Amino acid sequence: MTVVDDRPETAAPAPRRRPNRLLALLRNSWRQLTSMRTALILLFLLAVAAIPGSVLPQRGISPEKVNEYFTDHPDLAPRLDRIGAFEVFGSVWFSAIYLLLFTSLIGCITPRLRDHVRALRSRPPAAPKRLERLPQHAVLPAPAGGAAAVAEVLRRRRWRVEVRGDEVSAEKGYLKETGNLLFHTSLIAVLIGVALGSWYGWSGNRLLVAGADNAFCNTRQQYAETKLGPRVDSEDLPRFCLRLDDFEARFLASGQPEFFNARVTVDGPDEPTRSGDFSVNSPLRLGGASVYLLGHGYAPVIRYTDRFGRSQISDDPFLTTGDMGLTSEGLAAFPDANVDPRTGRRAPDEQMAFTGIYLPTAPQQAPFVRSEYPTERNPALNLVAYRGNLGLDAGIPGSVYQLDQRQVRAGKVKEVGTKLLRKGETWTLDDGTKVEFLGTERYVTLSVRHDPGSTMLLVSCGFLLVGLMGSLFGRRRRVFFRVMPADPAEGSPTGGSSLMEAGGLPRTDYPGFAEEFAQLVAAVSGDRADASADSSDRTGVREGTE
Amino acid sequence: MSALSDNLVTFAILAYLVAMICHAVEYALGNTRARAAAAPARELVGAGVGGGGGVPVSPAPVPPSAVADRSARRARIGGLIAVGATGLAAALHLAALVTRGIAADRMPWGNMYEFVLTVTFIGVAAWLVVLWKRPSLRKLGLFLTLVMVLLVATAELVLYVPIVPLVPALNSYWFVIHVSTIVFASGIFLLGAVPAVGYLMRAGYEQGKRSFPYTLAKRLPGAASLERLTFALHAFAFPIFTFAVIAGAIWAEAAWGRPWGWDPKETWAFISWVVYAGYLHARATPSVKRNVATWLAVLGFLTMLMNLFGVNIFFTGLHSYGGLD
Ligand code: HEM
Repeated sequence: MTVVDDRPETAAPAPRRRPNRLLALLRNSWRQLTSMRTALILLFLLAVAAIPGSVLPQRGISPEKVNEYFTDHPDLAPRLDRIGAFEVFGSVWFSAIYLLLFTSLIGCITPRLRDHVRALRSRPPAAPKRLERLPQHAVLPAPAGGAAAVAEVLRRRRWRVEVRGDEVSAEKGYLKETGNLLFHTSLIAVLIGVALGSWYGWSGNRLLVAGADNAFCNTRQQYAETKLGPRVDSEDLPRFCLRLDDFEARFLASGQPEFFNARVTVDGPDEPTRSGDFSVNSPLRLGGASVYLLGHGYAPVIRYTDRFGRSQISDDPFLTTGDMGLTSEGLAAFPDANVDPRTGRRAPDEQMAFTGIYLPTAPQQAPFVRSEYPTERNPALNLVAYRGNLGLDAGIPGSVYQLDQRQVRAGKVKEVGTKLLRKGETWTLDDGTKVEFLGTERYVTLSVRHDPGSTMLLVSCGFLLVGLMGSLFGRRRRVFFRVMPADPAEGSPTGGSSLMEAGGLPRTDYPGFAEEFAQLVAAVSGDRADASADSSDRTGVREGTE
Repeated sequence: MSALSDNLVTFAILAYLVAMICHAVEYALGNTRARAAAAPARELVGAGVGGGGGVPVSPAPVPPSAVADRSARRARIGGLIAVGATGLAAALHLAALVTRGIAADRMPWGNMYEFVLTVTFIGVAAWLVVLWKRPSLRKLGLFLTLVMVLLVATAELVLYVPIVPLVPALNSYWFVIHVSTIVFASGIFLLGAVPAVGYLMRAGYEQGKRSFPYTLAKRLPGAASLERLTFALHAFAFPIFTFAVIAGAIWAEAAWGRPWGWDPKETWAFISWVVYAGYLHARATPSVKRNVATWLAVLGFLTMLMNLFGVNIFFTGLHSYGGLD
């Protein structure tokens, strides 16, 4: 793993006629930026900069927690906010670090890419004069075919071979640098994929209650919240509509969920009409978007019959409170209640609303505040009735899931009673109007998203992995063989036949090179039996130091 | 089955404890042997840096006296018993995992307790492989068994939860792919941290430092071979970890609708990845000293621990499957 730093950082620039100080400064800064040390420091900074993102709540993930933090630390929070501590991963400083790092990366790999292409096209260099100086060295009887035979053995072992007269040079392991460059280039591609996704992607979240009346279409207004990338307009959203037909959930005896499935019907100009199933872990893939199941709950169906005998139905979703038994809270509001059908006059003080707790499995006795099981074994709806001016006309935005408490505090809305209703039960209020609990519908929480960068992300991650393995496990090395001139004068052990000298040079850290070298030497000298055995301590093979 | 698994964990801890004590005995008795071997060990440092193959077995030391010889033999026996006990502990450990998996009818990686149990098993199994290939590293076993006793006991005493089935969010083949690779890479990183710390102490010792933590390294294998092992383990684990993180992102896309959302677990995985990448870079850069690079490896492991314990305990995120409420 010793890096072959081919570009010495302090290489003296060639003397130029007009030394330009600004240019020199720029050149030097660039060289600094693309040095390995800078890359290391930036990597380290990147790791450190990510820490606050996990310690402090982040707006993108949990805005409620950020608000909570503001109430808990009124002094500290605004100051932290100013430096982007609640949006670490989009902050100026975090971006600066990774942009610098990637600039450094580009500056680092471009020359290496050029050098590597050159290396790939060039032939292995000539053997050094003194092979015995190389880390690996051996003397062996020259094979019958001489240099050509050696070259043949090497080629069969997929070395890149160059024969020059009596000399063979061979090199192997270009994969290391190829892999390394592929890896670093893929990193850039990953970043581009992420950028594409955030520029051209969009997402929206909402609740969807079962039933044809509750179908929604993919427009910005129909989502509770949407996020559009800077390059996306509302008109760009694909046109389709979704209807929840069925939702199935199974739970274990302990109440722990075991299985979910949502069935929807899709149609619209941009999607063929069809029905589809999806679940946690397996989203519904449409042409221009994916639909994810994030949660589920119950929407109690409540019928209110006003003093003119007119009925209205609410099936607004009740939000789960987070317990195992799916205890849910919500609001059924009837702002149009008690409108005189003859005059059409609204009595603003006669609007009706019911806040309630829905218990899919109510306990046997009071208090009826907590459900014992998530399916409807003993459904009960604990309602509180309110009459008055709900404040819905005042234009003050309020939550759809909660009664406007300002109206209650101002005395404009008055509580008129509480009651626990079982399924099908009717409750007659003090003014003779009636509330019925008809049953429930299921609802699901959906996220609809489109990320055009995801394919690029996936593909570049694949290349990244392949490149990483090549880079980590590839080993660049060279071997040389030279037929030595026969020396008939002396009584040599080989009886006057010619000898061959071999040398090996690992170009990267490679502990097993001695072994490979020995095997190679054995293969060249023809004793195959030995070639496979561990021959690292054969005589004649010297294990040396660099 | 579940109770059997719990008992097996207890027995495994005891076996690790025995292994640790035997290693300690070897350490204590290894005095003379260490002194005699000190000279070849130093030679080894020089050879290790270059293209030398593996760790040369140091030539048998010439014992100065018969007494020393006997004590060296006892030390050796202690070491061998320690290895045997480690093997036994690993077998019990594996049996505990298998029985837990059978009892739960799924892979035993559903919560922090099971996770730590599996990671430590991978660590010890990889250690046995290393030991089999490089018996001369045996004395590192003292530190490894110490880590095992600490982690497995923490798992049993602090993290233990009874068996529950997986929530649907985890019920996916990505669970097996993502978690098994994370567990595997973590186990190797865990093992890698042991020679990393060993190297830092041993390198100081070889430089003549004789104060507290360095003296502990007196009988460790040579610094160069520890460093080499550290690198080999990290180079092996890093691509697996990379794959695991990518698999996690693919799964997150399917489950939560986005491949990467800077959830605390994801953030810390990113931090670990960057730190380990920093280690590989630092080690590949000749101008960075080896001990600086190795510190990065140790830091990397601390970030893994933070992700495992810290994030599960202190933060809430989508990855809240620790089982500790
Ligand atoms: C986004 C930031 C970067 C990341 C995450 C990253 C990651 C990695 C990883 C994981 C390796 C290990 C593969 C190996 O050891 O062969 C590696 C190798 C390498 N990187 Fe980077 N890198 C980054 C930026 C850079 C930059 C800016 C440079 C140049 C200054 C650079 C130069 C190298 C070199 C020369 C190697 C090969 C080391 C060797 O011979 O093994 N990298 N990189």
